[in-house]
Amino acid sequence: MPRGEVIINSELCKECSLCVAACPQDVLAIGKTINSKGYHAVEAVAPERCTGCTLCAVMCPDVVLTIKRRSPERK
Amino acid sequence: MQTVFQKPEALTDVQMHYCPGCTHGIIHRLVAEAIDSLGIREQAIGVASVGCSVFAYDYFNCDMQQAAHGRAPAVATGIKRVRPDNIVFTYQGDGDLASIGMAEIVHAAARSENITVIFVNNAIYGMTSGQMAPTTLLGQKTATSPRGRTAEEMGYPIKMCELLATLEGPAYLTRVSTHDSRHVLQAGRAIKKAFEMQQQKKGFALVEVLSTCSVNWGMTPVDALKWVEQNMVPYYPLGVYKDVTAKEGN
Amino acid sequence: MARILMKGNEALSEAAIRAGLKAFYGYPITPQNEIPAYMAEHLPLRGGVYLQAESEVAAINMVYGAAGAGARVMTSSSSPGISLKQEGISYIAAAQLPCVIVNVVRNGPGLGGIQPAQGDYFQAVKGGGHGDYRLIVLAPGNVQEMADLTTLAFDLADKWRNPVMILSDGILGQMMEPVEFSENGTLQQLEKPWATTGAVGRKPNIVNTLDIIADKAEKNMQALLAKYDRIKAEEARWQEVGTEDADVILVGYGTSGRVARSAMEMARRQGLKVGLFRPITLWPFPEKRLQELAKSERTFLAVEMSAGQMIEDVRLAVNGVSPVYLSNRLGGMVPTPEDVLAKIHEIVEGRVS
Ligand SMILES: Cc1ncc(C[n+]2csc(CCOP(=O)(O)OP(=O)(O)O)c2C)c(N)n1
Repeated sequence: MPRGEVIINSELCKECSLCVAACPQDVLAIGKTINSKGYHAVEAVAPERCTGCTLCAVMCPDVVLTIKRRSPERK
Repeated sequence: MQTVFQKPEALTDVQMHYCPGCTHGIIHRLVAEAIDSLGIREQAIGVASVGCSVFAYDYFNCDMQQAAHGRAPAVATGIKRVRPDNIVFTYQGDGDLASIGMAEIVHAAARSENITVIFVNNAIYGMTSGQMAPTTLLGQKTATSPRGRTAEEMGYPIKMCELLATLEGPAYLTRVSTHDSRHVLQAGRAIKKAFEMQQQKKGFALVEVLSTCSVNWGMTPVDALKWVEQNMVPYYPLGVYKDVTAKEGN
Repeated sequence: MARILMKGNEALSEAAIRAGLKAFYGYPITPQNEIPAYMAEHLPLRGGVYLQAESEVAAINMVYGAAGAGARVMTSSSSPGISLKQEGISYIAAAQLPCVIVNVVRNGPGLGGIQPAQGDYFQAVKGGGHGDYRLIVLAPGNVQEMADLTTLAFDLADKWRNPVMILSDGILGQMMEPVEFSENGTLQQLEKPWATTGAVGRKPNIVNTLDIIADKAEKNMQALLAKYDRIKAEEARWQEVGTEDADVILVGYGTSGRVARSAMEMARRQGLKVGLFRPITLWPFPEKRLQELAKSERTFLAVEMSAGQMIEDVRLAVNGVSPVYLSNRLGGMVPTPEDVLAKIHEIVEGRVS
């Protein structure tokens, strides 16, 4: 069971990659599917590595990401 | 599992129009998070400026006024003086605040208007498609400094925090950045503090946030963050330029 | 209530405070300095805010903010300062915010002088700032009206959600006359559910002038113009003296209206049939009534302290039915009743050019 979970609202994603660069675990990558705005939305390619650290969401300019964590150590 | 990160209540559901990777979106979220965490959404009256953030009135889920270019601090003054118990903030770009609105920001600071100013410095005029701003760095190429800004021709970029720090009025002046997650979190704390100062009636608080404009800078959003770190931070040093609560051992 | 001797600018200020003024944002310029001085002295002691802004640009934008937040708010200035306020005035009109702006007009263009003039008529009634908008423009003709029209200005501003300008000059501002403030000078203030007061238990209110989708912007403009049409239909005000049998009708407002009145009285004493038409609202201009008064055997004489600006509205109203002439002085010079009387003689003796 991964410690964290990243929930992606693909419709809001603009393919900027800031979350991909921010993730220390390489959980995220730009995906293949295109959303209605014409962007390749980000995908969790290695969800099992997610720790729920929120750094991807912190860097996302479009509030695409919601993060869940098993035992919230901080907020 | 518990939700540890989600859209703040002080942001509406309207999708922001910003270009991919534009840090305006991050800064909007930080402002909204600060409003949420202080529980002041129903008290807040925001003033949107003219620039890429002109639509901020659609994104912040609180009462908003849209001001003429550069005049947000005057509009905010007008509001705050007749509604001192509301929390009044402006959200301004560098062209808006440091060029056309220089008089308004300096005097609001000098009067120590009890308002919170979010100053987004992206070293360029974003909305009008990339002209030289008062904060454009020396050597930086823009649509109106195509061979790079030179001091001889165009003068020097303006350091607003340092300039305002010469005044008695301001209660809190700080420069933060958005170039990585650690700095974004720090920026969030500074923004929250700038609202708290207003709640405590300490006076004028301004947070300058170094920001990107990847489209007009001609680079990817990820490279734009690096550009902030490598080029803007050295010229615009991060840190607290004034904090009247520091002496009080806050 | 007793009548008190007061300067026009003071009567105007006192009336504004009695009308429930919550904030005054100003910047020094002659000849309106008595207004901010009176406000600084009295307003803070009577529940309001006085603030000297860093410029007229800032002052009018403070007015925008306070008006958007639902307060009765006002600024005053004189010609060069009013030019600087045009940006904010256009925004206030576009956002449909109520406020009162006083222009104690001085002679111009440029820095000009500080003498009384009426050269800002076009700026006040035709626009001044950018875009299709209108101000309601009131022209007091004596100290009592400086007070009464100020009260009215706040009520009209709230009623129509529109900026109202009071067009005055140094003579009216400095002149001392007895004035009486009606006991119920403070009228019932309207609710302002649209104001930004904090979104407590309701959806956010937005005060905005950005309108970038053309077909929506056109609809919004049509709604604005429909409001202006209603104001035109309902709010025109004027004074008429001896117009019924008049061969010559003098048209003048404010100070030039006073001069015209004296000239009319002198002419009547000489047996000449002369009347006075004094517009009190310059926008909406009382054009319907002027149109009714127009006859081929009647002449209109506009009396102005400008190159002849209001005369264009007189001509539009009479629409070629009557000849319209001008008696004017410029540069801060005030026409004398004798000047006007001489022009009346030229008209009735057929010597006019
Ligand atoms: C009086 C006036 N002058 C010029 C403009 C055009 N204008 C719109 S946005 C803008 C620049 C905004 O740049 P900045 O404040 O740096 O914000 P950014 O778009 O970069 O976020 C300008 C000059 C205007 N709207 N009003």
